[in-house]
Amino acid sequence: MYTQGLDQSDTRTPGPEEEAQLVQAFQARIDAEEKIEPRDWMPDAYRRTLVRQISQHAHSEIVGMLPEGNWITRAPSLKRKAILLAKVQDEAGHGLYLYSAAETLGTSRQQMVDQLLSGKAKYSSIFNYPTLNWADIGAIGWLVDGAAIMNQIPLCRCSYGPYSRAMVRVCKEESFHQRQGYEIMTVMARGTDAQRRMAQDALERWWWPSLMMFGPSDSDSAHTAQSMRWKIKRFTNDELRQKFVDVTVPQGHFLGLEFPDPELKLDEQTGHWNFGPIDWSEFKQVLEGNGPCNAERMRARQTAHQEGAWVRQALLAHAEKHEDIR
Amino acid sequence: MAVCDQQDLFTYLLRLGDSGLVLGQRLSEWVGKAPMLEEEMALANMALDLVGQSRMLLSYAALVEGKGRTEDQLAMHRDVHEFTNPLLVEQPNGDFAHSMARQYFYASFAERLFDKLQHSADTQLAGIAAKAVKEFRYHARHAGLWMVRLGDGTEESRDRMIRAIQELWPYTGELFETDELDRRMLEAGIGVDLHVLRKSWREDLDRVLGEAGLPLPADDAWMHSGGRAGRHSEHLGHLLATMQFLPRAYPDAGW
Amino acid sequence: MTERELPLWEVFIRSRTGLNHRHVGSLHAADAAMAMQNARDLYCRRQEGVSIWVVESGLIHASDPSDKESLFDPAEDKIYRHPTFYDVPDGVENI
Repeated sequence: MYTQGLDQSDTRTPGPEEEAQLVQAFQARIDAEEKIEPRDWMPDAYRRTLVRQISQHAHSEIVGMLPEGNWITRAPSLKRKAILLAKVQDEAGHGLYLYSAAETLGTSRQQMVDQLLSGKAKYSSIFNYPTLNWADIGAIGWLVDGAAIMNQIPLCRCSYGPYSRAMVRVCKEESFHQRQGYEIMTVMARGTDAQRRMAQDALERWWWPSLMMFGPSDSDSAHTAQSMRWKIKRFTNDELRQKFVDVTVPQGHFLGLEFPDPELKLDEQTGHWNFGPIDWSEFKQVLEGNGPCNAERMRARQTAHQEGAWVRQALLAHAEKHEDIR
Repeated sequence: MAVCDQQDLFTYLLRLGDSGLVLGQRLSEWVGKAPMLEEEMALANMALDLVGQSRMLLSYAALVEGKGRTEDQLAMHRDVHEFTNPLLVEQPNGDFAHSMARQYFYASFAERLFDKLQHSADTQLAGIAAKAVKEFRYHARHAGLWMVRLGDGTEESRDRMIRAIQELWPYTGELFETDELDRRMLEAGIGVDLHVLRKSWREDLDRVLGEAGLPLPADDAWMHSGGRAGRHSEHLGHLLATMQFLPRAYPDAGW
Repeated sequence: MTERELPLWEVFIRSRTGLNHRHVGSLHAADAAMAMQNARDLYCRRQEGVSIWVVESGLIHASDPSDKESLFDPAEDKIYRHPTFYDVPDGVENI
């Protein structure tokens, strides 16, 4: 959104006293709901947190293309093929918007991509699960996009201007993603016995990983408190997870599907759905690279990058020969 | 204007619809594999245009046929020999140079074809053509831009582009073949004389190759043929096996 | 191993005639023609525009945030530039 070169006008380092004043003024702006823009002074930690979060978010969009992309060539009707193509394309677009937002903080896309490909950067671990039948495409839209929306809507109000603007665009475009997923689930749940089995199977495999998407419980989350002070984050992981469960469970019951959680029960007093304990050891394993598709996903991204290298080199070489068309 | 046989119109529409469908399927294989993210967007946009066109053409074909079939039955429940696309569009993606050369060859042809079809006596076909011509014009421009950049990029990209053109060139002749059906459709005022499109297609190609500094292929080269009559390469069977898997495995299901 | 990156471009879209071009985001491209096509493919998937500008990010000159006060605050007390500053007697219309 703005070049990295533009970004660093102020290269001198403030002294400790001045720094303290700057931090105070910065927090005052945040508290007053003012947006922070790329060239404004910001604490290093704020910048680092944002680069980490936005680039992880961008990586997730890009890696997230793979499980769904797995079914584009096998979509069961031309209408579904077009919808899925458009949706996966949106994800590439959203990755681009997000990389752009992160680039305003002084990190180039190339650096971020290198971090992803070398395994240094993380992406949402949900995409390390496989898509085994067509109902998985429904379940991803309904559950994974549903969970993502819960996370993303508050980000539209994030204190960092470029991130918040990118998220407004992302949320607007994603509004059809969850619905198309639920529509697939509806058709499958009301279809033949075989389709119904696929729908139930998909729900069983995607339910718990979707709940893990909100991240560890607040008491175990390293970043929550500071991010909330900086208004990068607006709600805690547990708040968002509960909200997701509350809206999603009735949608599943409406389809006559069963959630794989014997402890799932409506608390009449609070109106919330109570759910069983999340297996965080699985989450940790997937995060550490031991999920069913971690290696595959990374290999797919690395291969695309390597096989595209000669194309990108050709572009630069051509542009250099024809400086006038720049 | 001569009266047009419904079976002829059906077959004519199938040819157009199958071409878009098969090429759209090929482009959709690129998802997640593009050389840069910006190009992911472009490839998917082109694939979406093609799938969209073929849906309109196949739906209309099904209507003309009058046997109660749908676009999906035509797309998903016909075998290789019943597909009528030219061989060019079913050729595998190969590397990026290959896909862009294929895209340029076909889009530049289709842009000219649909430009004429806008004036077809069949108003429904004319309407579809008016939309398609704009899309193909963009595809040809986009793919042409890549041919120039790859042709005039590095030594490697130039070699790859030359190889792509060499390999795909023998499939371009079929695009302009005019058979009995084409002649009858032309007489009915519905179809296009494909043969006459070749001159301006070739001129544009020469312009692009000239800009790219690439050698011009020979006009009298040997050309493959047969796709439009249902005689395909081995590749189409695999493409259909993937594309048709679900509706074939669960024929009683709706999606 | 870090490869050289394609230049960054800023994209401005006119959403319909009669409106200004507005900054919508950025992208990478090797040259202007490709930046234009990339902008179309990325930022105009939902009929967002009728016209596109692309400009290499490095060519933009931006004001410095530390100049904010001296650049923009002096306009603060020039309230006589706004029509609401002036009294118009009751009963007078069309002014």
